[in-house]
Amino acid sequence: MDESIRNQESLQSQIGEKDGIGEKLLRMCRQNKLAAFSAVLILVIILMAILAPVIAPYGEAEQDLLNRLQGPSAKHLLGTDELGRDVFTRLLYGARVSLTIGILPSLISLAVGVIAGLLAGYVGGAVDYIIMRLADIMLSIPSLLLAMVVTYTMGTSTVTLFVALSMTGWASVARVVRSQTLSLKESEYVQAAQSIGVSKLVIMLRHILPNCLPSLIVLFTLNIPSAILSESSLSFLGIGVQMPQASWGLMVNQAKEFLFTAPWLCLSPCLAIMIVVLAFNFLGDGLRDVLDPYMKNQ
Amino acid sequence: MNEEKQILIESRNLTKEFDTGKKGVKVHAVNDVTLQIYKGETLALVGESGCGKSTLGRTLIRMLPATAGQVYFQGQEITALTDKEFRPLRPKMQMVFQDPYASLDPRMTVRDIVAEPLNTYKVCKTRQETTQRVSELLEAVGVPVEFLGRYPHQFSGGQRQRIGIARAIALRPELIVCDEPVSALDVSVQSQVLNLLKDLQKEYALTYLFIGHDLSVIDFMADRVCVLFLGQVCELAPRKELFEKPLHPYTSFLLDAIPHADPHLRNSSRKLLTGEIPSPLALPSGCSFHTRCPYATEECRTTKPELKAYGDRQCACHHAGDFHS
Repeated sequence: MDESIRNQESLQSQIGEKDGIGEKLLRMCRQNKLAAFSAVLILVIILMAILAPVIAPYGEAEQDLLNRLQGPSAKHLLGTDELGRDVFTRLLYGARVSLTIGILPSLISLAVGVIAGLLAGYVGGAVDYIIMRLADIMLSIPSLLLAMVVTYTMGTSTVTLFVALSMTGWASVARVVRSQTLSLKESEYVQAAQSIGVSKLVIMLRHILPNCLPSLIVLFTLNIPSAILSESSLSFLGIGVQMPQASWGLMVNQAKEFLFTAPWLCLSPCLAIMIVVLAFNFLGDGLRDVLDPYMKNQ
Repeated sequence: MNEEKQILIESRNLTKEFDTGKKGVKVHAVNDVTLQIYKGETLALVGESGCGKSTLGRTLIRMLPATAGQVYFQGQEITALTDKEFRPLRPKMQMVFQDPYASLDPRMTVRDIVAEPLNTYKVCKTRQETTQRVSELLEAVGVPVEFLGRYPHQFSGGQRQRIGIARAIALRPELIVCDEPVSALDVSVQSQVLNLLKDLQKEYALTYLFIGHDLSVIDFMADRVCVLFLGQVCELAPRKELFEKPLHPYTSFLLDAIPHADPHLRNSSRKLLTGEIPSPLALPSGCSFHTRCPYATEECRTTKPELKAYGDRQCACHHAGDFHS
């Protein structure tokens, strides 16, 4: 009896090799310094956005018309815009809109797209046909046009932007997941699971989804910058973020006109977008590696 | 031996067709196959590639739905059951796959792979118990228990196939369909895996349907051999008799095609089959082998030969055994 208990304990310690998600993240931080740095950076930026009213030296729409288009100085860290508003302050407030619009709709379209793609690919038949025709319709309508229609019916707000961006985003995710599901469905390990009698849901979640992960991570990281940028074009059209409110896309748009007279105006939101996008990309790379069993012992 | 023979699984006029996408054109993968597998034996299924060996194996254990005909497992007609009714029977028939590199999920640890059947049928109550069972199974197939937490890519082909076998025996099945389990392995590893399969058969009283094309492997494994041509049974006989005196001309061509390692044993007079297999889309009239058979007569071209019993063997040929004289 004692013997068997001891055996079990030693067995448990051996399986200890297989680790949970927390340990995986820790391992990623140890192995991939860039990914760890990116994760910290993203957290810091999110914190700064949340704490904007505390950190920001001025109000979001506070104007100082006497000090318009000033270069960076001690008083205005990143200078002022054409209405004398502090660029650093607006960058902080803009992060709130841009980050939510960059991340949340991407997450929503990822979730919806994964479910739709798995169902279409694995169940097939009429389900596949209906889901994929819906996706085709979504992809055939220019997203800007769709967003305008949504705004027209739902009114202008950040929520509307969410809906508009999520509506177009899921279709491309669904396509990728469906095509991967179709090929994974024929793989021998899925057939093996079927021969054991594993239920469809479990096969989709345990066998197919984890093997789609690498492409999903890439899709997600690519989705974030495009969402941030489409927010800017939507704001430019007067849909979505409204004027006194700040967003990175809106700031880039407005700064265009002063590209030569006040280049810092355009530079700071552009750099902010670039840093966030790069950080997400590096983080995605790190996540992909740490989730890949082939990379485990390298 | 004869009186204790008990039929484990049998098929009656089993037919499996695949749609080609074109209306009315079908691939006749398995055609009117009637065969019995006895409890505890190893029945080998041989034939050229594309003759429907794997399809027959999979249709038998209901991994593929049959187009027509019936399959009886321990007297129960499983082709008539709904998926739900069939579920309790599923653990009794398992499968070992051909490619040990493709049949294990690369993102699961060995423990999870072997535990999957146990979890699916909730065999064990706790996680510890499952792990304990898994380690027993790994021990039974000769994979060191220390490797529980490893991923499939960290193993060699032979070890992977052992893991696949552990997964197949986890639910204590009665029947295992081995779909060319060693054809993807190095020759040096093949015999180890074959010996393992034989040992497990004794230990767990398993019945094998052993699909293969390597006749020396079949010679080693099989009790009886079933030769398939274009989805039809040509000949079914005890191994020794089939290898010594084939009744069907196709069987004799197959046996003649075995390469000899010793050059002195290679005789120049060995008969080799010419021509291509007829398309399974449009089967020839009469005996489907007549287009390639040098002994074919008018009768072969017009009437389809029935599978007839010759003592304890069966053969579907109008001129069974005649070509020896």
